[in-house]
Amino acid sequence: MAIEPITQVSGTAVPIPGADIDTDRIIPARFMKCVTFDGLGEYAFYDVRFDPVSGEKTQHPLNDENFKGASILVAGINFGCGSSREHAPQSLSKYGFTAIIAESFAEIFYGNSTTLGLPCVSSSQQNIDALKAACSADPSLQVKINLEDMTVTAGALSFSVEMPDSARHALLSGKYDPIKELMDNQDKIEATAASLSYVS
Amino acid sequence: MGKTLYQKVWDAHRVGTLSDGRTQLFIGTHLIHEVTSPQAFGMLRDLGVGVKYPARTFATIDHIVPTENQDQPADPLAAEMIDAIRKNCDDFGVTYFDLKSGKQGIVHIVGPEQGITQPGSTIACGDSHTATHGAFGAIAFGIGTTQVRDVLATQTMAMESLKVRKIEVNGKLRPGVYAKDVTLHIIRLLGAKGGIGYAYEYAGSTFDHFTMEERMTVCNMAIEGGARCGYVNPDQTTFDFLKGRPYAPTGEAWEAAVAEWKSFASDPDAVFDDVVTINAEDIQPSVTWGISPDHGITIGEDIPNPATTKDTEEKAVIEEALAYMKLPAGTPIKGIPIDVAFIGSCTNGRLSDFRETAKFLKGKKVASHVKAIAVPGSQITAIQCEKEGIDKIFEEAGFEWRAAGCSMCLAMNPDKLVGDQICASSSNRNFKGRQGSPIGRTVLMSPVMVAAAAVEGKIADARETFSETFQSVVA
Ligand code: SF4
Repeated sequence: MAIEPITQVSGTAVPIPGADIDTDRIIPARFMKCVTFDGLGEYAFYDVRFDPVSGEKTQHPLNDENFKGASILVAGINFGCGSSREHAPQSLSKYGFTAIIAESFAEIFYGNSTTLGLPCVSSSQQNIDALKAACSADPSLQVKINLEDMTVTAGALSFSVEMPDSARHALLSGKYDPIKELMDNQDKIEATAASLSYVS
Repeated sequence: MGKTLYQKVWDAHRVGTLSDGRTQLFIGTHLIHEVTSPQAFGMLRDLGVGVKYPARTFATIDHIVPTENQDQPADPLAAEMIDAIRKNCDDFGVTYFDLKSGKQGIVHIVGPEQGITQPGSTIACGDSHTATHGAFGAIAFGIGTTQVRDVLATQTMAMESLKVRKIEVNGKLRPGVYAKDVTLHIIRLLGAKGGIGYAYEYAGSTFDHFTMEERMTVCNMAIEGGARCGYVNPDQTTFDFLKGRPYAPTGEAWEAAVAEWKSFASDPDAVFDDVVTINAEDIQPSVTWGISPDHGITIGEDIPNPATTKDTEEKAVIEEALAYMKLPAGTPIKGIPIDVAFIGSCTNGRLSDFRETAKFLKGKKVASHVKAIAVPGSQITAIQCEKEGIDKIFEEAGFEWRAAGCSMCLAMNPDKLVGDQICASSSNRNFKGRQGSPIGRTVLMSPVMVAAAAVEGKIADARETFSETFQSVVA
């Protein structure tokens, strides 16, 4: 299970409007009827990309040709709140996103994303707004997230970002998927199981 | 220095520290359902490993099960998912409460009903409302599918420790005020993000006097307040509920278990990272007006008006919510017409919810333009309701009485809102599109308030709609 370390992510970015974007919005529940995650990408943000009544494409930034190929999502506060569905980060990852920059993230979403190797970094509203403005002004602007020094640079713009240490180390060391390490500790797992009366 | 229940349970289940600094936490009880498990079993097959402790994993189906004809989903994808969980449980030796078992239901109702949910345990489930099980003094987390894989493969997962906020509610609730109002009140007070990074310990005399079902309703919505889990310390009410249930210990083991369970309760001198105190008398019947669970107001209040707030961010939030909800700013929420009434879900789909609502609904009629459905949270709940004639009371009032499942709480089965229908709902989320129509509207409230809205055809104060019954109950 060799996983490559993730030290930096770069690409063009697309700003998404609104706060408290919940996972129902990222991937509406009706698209969760699946036994694998393949194919979820095309349904990311479906109900805001297509008019619910007419089915026509909306003005949503993801429909904007200028942002075609963007691989970094820029969002507001409490991104990914609501349901714990991993289908949400999976659909973003399958859509082609490789990182998310937001004011803040909901906890379960954050954990799910990190495990997939989809870094989520946060910064102040001021910085996020500046980044959104810069990307809107020039959609071809290259945005770089450096996880080693925890900065985001985009043209003349540069600011520091945050992420919990554990997630950062996990990404930098290529251990963001903890399964191998979890499986390595069989003896300790069994000892813990034996100490719990309701398990043993 | 004393410890909280959270710390004690955490310490008892700590396997070790991982290289990234997180804790490898043992998950004693793993609950799975059809939506978030098939991919995890797929990953397990890819890894070439089995389920580490199959006896500690329990499965049921709830999200996609049709509530009209449970075993005949018209949707081929739903049928495929049901087949997948059957096969996976079979292949890996996992206990599965199938439709024919008479024990199927919403996973968060089945666990307690079977006595699987126990104090001092760790519980995980690929569903954010797993916090429900905290009502028993368990530490219960909603997890993503990759973590479901981790728990299946190792019975452990990587976790960061949480802070603990004690939310103390003291006093007696006013008539017509229910556990649902308590949880909506807390979320309004602390915000939908207020609990991020925290476990919530619910305490105080109000919780001491609550039944297990009431405690479950509050813990269920800890996640709507941003908290990863919520719990109530185990006490005699907890033990009385569990005694005699299929998976509860028996005989000598029962006594030993109770003694151990008691030891997990927070110490009197436990130190909390934060404490919030609420007076039960300040809580009123509440409803939501917007698109986040913290958009709550009491039934006597007006819908917020963006024009009267100076905070630009708040203004934008209100404007967005009202534009979606199509509600008039600054006017009373009471009297807003509804199209659909839904009583059910893991928040309020238990026996006590139907019993209490039936008391008021008896002899009343649902307004002619309202589609009203009542969906018991489990087959056992359904059977008990039917024994007590509760189903008849609902049906005579004009409710459709359905079979167990998540139903209209989310949009994965045939029960969905159509167009911009507005639904008085006893569920837990009022997000845009949550109930199946991308422009459907949800107003959260207690089951008795849903019944009042159904009868009046508009958002109503149940204490007025059912004033006679309230008077006789209070007298
Ligand atoms: S009833 Fe609703 S919240 Fe509860 S498990 Fe089902 S879908 Fe989730």
